[in-house]
Amino acid sequence: MAEMQNYTFNFGPQHPAAHGVLRLILEVDGEVVQSADPHIGLLHRATEKLAETKPYIHNIGYMDRLDYVSMMCNEHAYCRAIEQLGGIVVPKRAQYIRVMFDEITRILNHLMCIGAAALDLGAMSVFLYCFREREDLIDCYEAVSGSRMHAKYYRPGGVARDLPEVMPLYKKTDMPSDRRRARFNENRHGSLLDFIEDFTERFPACVDEYETLLTENRIWRQRTVNIGVVDAKRAIALGFTGPTLRASGVSWDLRKTQPYAVYDQLNFDVPLGKVGDCYDRYLVRIAEMRESNRIIEQCVEWLRENPGPVLSDDGKVIKPKREDMKLDMEAMIHHFKLYTEGFCLPEGEAYACVEHPKGEFGIYVVSDGANKPYRVKIRAAGFPHLAAMSEMCCGHMLSDVVAILSSIDIVFGEIDR
Amino acid sequence: MNALLLELWPLIWIVFKVICIVAPLLLVVAYLTLAERKVIGYIQRRLGPNRVGILGILQPIADGLKLLFKEWVIPTKSSKFLFIIAPILSLVPALLMWAVVPFTQEWVLANIDAGVLFILSMASLGVYGILLAGWASNSKYAFFGAMRACAQMISYEIAMGFALIGVLMVSGSMNLKTIVMHQAGGVSHWFVWPLFPMFMVYWISAIAETNRAPFDVAEGESEIVAGFHVEYSGMGFALFFLAEYANMIIVSALAVLMFFGGWLSPFEGFKLFSGAAVPGIIWFVLKVFLFLFSYLWFRATLPRYRYDQIMRLGWKILIPIAIGWIVIIGAMIQFNWIEV
Repeated sequence: MAEMQNYTFNFGPQHPAAHGVLRLILEVDGEVVQSADPHIGLLHRATEKLAETKPYIHNIGYMDRLDYVSMMCNEHAYCRAIEQLGGIVVPKRAQYIRVMFDEITRILNHLMCIGAAALDLGAMSVFLYCFREREDLIDCYEAVSGSRMHAKYYRPGGVARDLPEVMPLYKKTDMPSDRRRARFNENRHGSLLDFIEDFTERFPACVDEYETLLTENRIWRQRTVNIGVVDAKRAIALGFTGPTLRASGVSWDLRKTQPYAVYDQLNFDVPLGKVGDCYDRYLVRIAEMRESNRIIEQCVEWLRENPGPVLSDDGKVIKPKREDMKLDMEAMIHHFKLYTEGFCLPEGEAYACVEHPKGEFGIYVVSDGANKPYRVKIRAAGFPHLAAMSEMCCGHMLSDVVAILSSIDIVFGEIDR
Repeated sequence: MNALLLELWPLIWIVFKVICIVAPLLLVVAYLTLAERKVIGYIQRRLGPNRVGILGILQPIADGLKLLFKEWVIPTKSSKFLFIIAPILSLVPALLMWAVVPFTQEWVLANIDAGVLFILSMASLGVYGILLAGWASNSKYAFFGAMRACAQMISYEIAMGFALIGVLMVSGSMNLKTIVMHQAGGVSHWFVWPLFPMFMVYWISAIAETNRAPFDVAEGESEIVAGFHVEYSGMGFALFFLAEYANMIIVSALAVLMFFGGWLSPFEGFKLFSGAAVPGIIWFVLKVFLFLFSYLWFRATLPRYRYDQIMRLGWKILIPIAIGWIVIIGAMIQFNWIEV
């Protein structure tokens, strides 16, 4: 009889828990994983190369599609890189709007992550409860940009338009009865800010609800505690960032360590884990959602009291107002230039990063003075996390691979780019 | 001709009775799938199926027809005979068990003395279907599922068997009808009270035995995709599905018979509500539905255990508790603390 050998096992790319198109080749001894080999590239869309062929402003749309569950944060990094290169000043109100939407995005992302992690470990309902809140936040995206996912709302120099004064209502259709529709529309009668404020008031209770189902649940703890442990030193060595790093107990948050936008004027804490296992990563994300909620509250308050411009008035980069164009020759020229060739940036290079929900998301732009970038390099937050998969999974069981994979929160849009 | 008919009459009568049990059973299985989707839907703030018929009432029929007409794909490198026979092997024992179940005092197909033993042995047979399905599919996922399912079902059968021993000790019989009649006299006489730890062990093992959440590692949706039946489509898949749900119903029915007084009314012995007003079958069905609901409730709420954790729970917690309580029951019987 032939000697029993380890067994290789294809995990994905068509697998319900593979989070997109990950193909993981597992070498298992019985149920114990000996090594995990992540194969990437199935979602490669050549975003970096595409960006070299498009005017600067067109590329914002591609950024949305990188990490497609934290759209506006990607845009933020890209816009910051261009602003840095072009020396464009962003008005304060736009900064606040950006921070508010970054945090909304963070909640969106963490809800998706925790919901999907719960679903992968078999707790189905949490997933749907998370999506209930995501729906409201996605509606905010829609109200402000017209798109529920790929917003393309940030612009170099600010944001595309100011926050709307009215929140769209559910229209009459045949499915929800009038009474249900009225209930759906209850908190939508004011402005977008009213809606967001209402959300921040009820959101902590929703987080409590997820925690009731998971945090102290015996099975949940058995499945996540001490699974996929990465200690602080190793986490830094592996290039971890974001919640995955903080779960290992390293206090590193770009919002605090290298404050951008208006984060230095806001009051929030950086939650830390201790052990660096799946459970800590889950707890850090839960705590971060509560902190994001606090930040949103502060932004709403500031935005209510401080109206003002949301786009820089630099005519070389920002399209002129329609009225000005009719009377002002210079505005006319600006309009023509912007809508034919776009804007040019001075020769040079810039790296800008943001604290993306998944970690440090950076954009490195090299300009040769033309109207499109000479080179764009994207630092995807999830990439180093995925690269550590083998190390984290080794010695754990097959079911733990799923737990680890969902706890590092990868999205293939940004990993394959 | 008449003589022949007379000779065959007992056989015809039995077949008729079998049909009377199996047909409603399959109907309940079909509607259990709908109930599952509806209940979990409402728990998750969804509506569940509501497009086929009023409130989705015809959904199971549509699903059944779909599965019936789907192609049954048999993998090229599978062991064809075993691949085809496996779903049948898993459904048949699930249906056979109903032969000894007393629905009321009069309605029982085979009132045999070794009823409990028969059910336990049939439950053990069910594992062959899963094992063969996983092996014959020649797929790594299916193989993992089958390995997990076997280990799990075999170890939980022991815990389940021990839990039932408690009932046998107290009732002094393996005949299901006698066991139920021992519990006559209202809620307070049900075996669930003196045997409460046994009931918990039984119910946990029963869920594990039927491979349902939170012990559904054999299917392990997110790990090994669908486990042992990953390669099955069409009717083969439908048979596994039927077997799973039929098993759920039988273990619920068994819980009712063993611990909750079967068809007996909970109000027996209370002067205000005499049990006679409601037929026994109604009580039986209501109690079974209560247990079936708990299945759906667990599935919507709990995360899935890991394979080795299930083994640990079975061997290190449930079996010791069951054995320990058997000793305690023995003492209770010896000192006449419970009526036997």
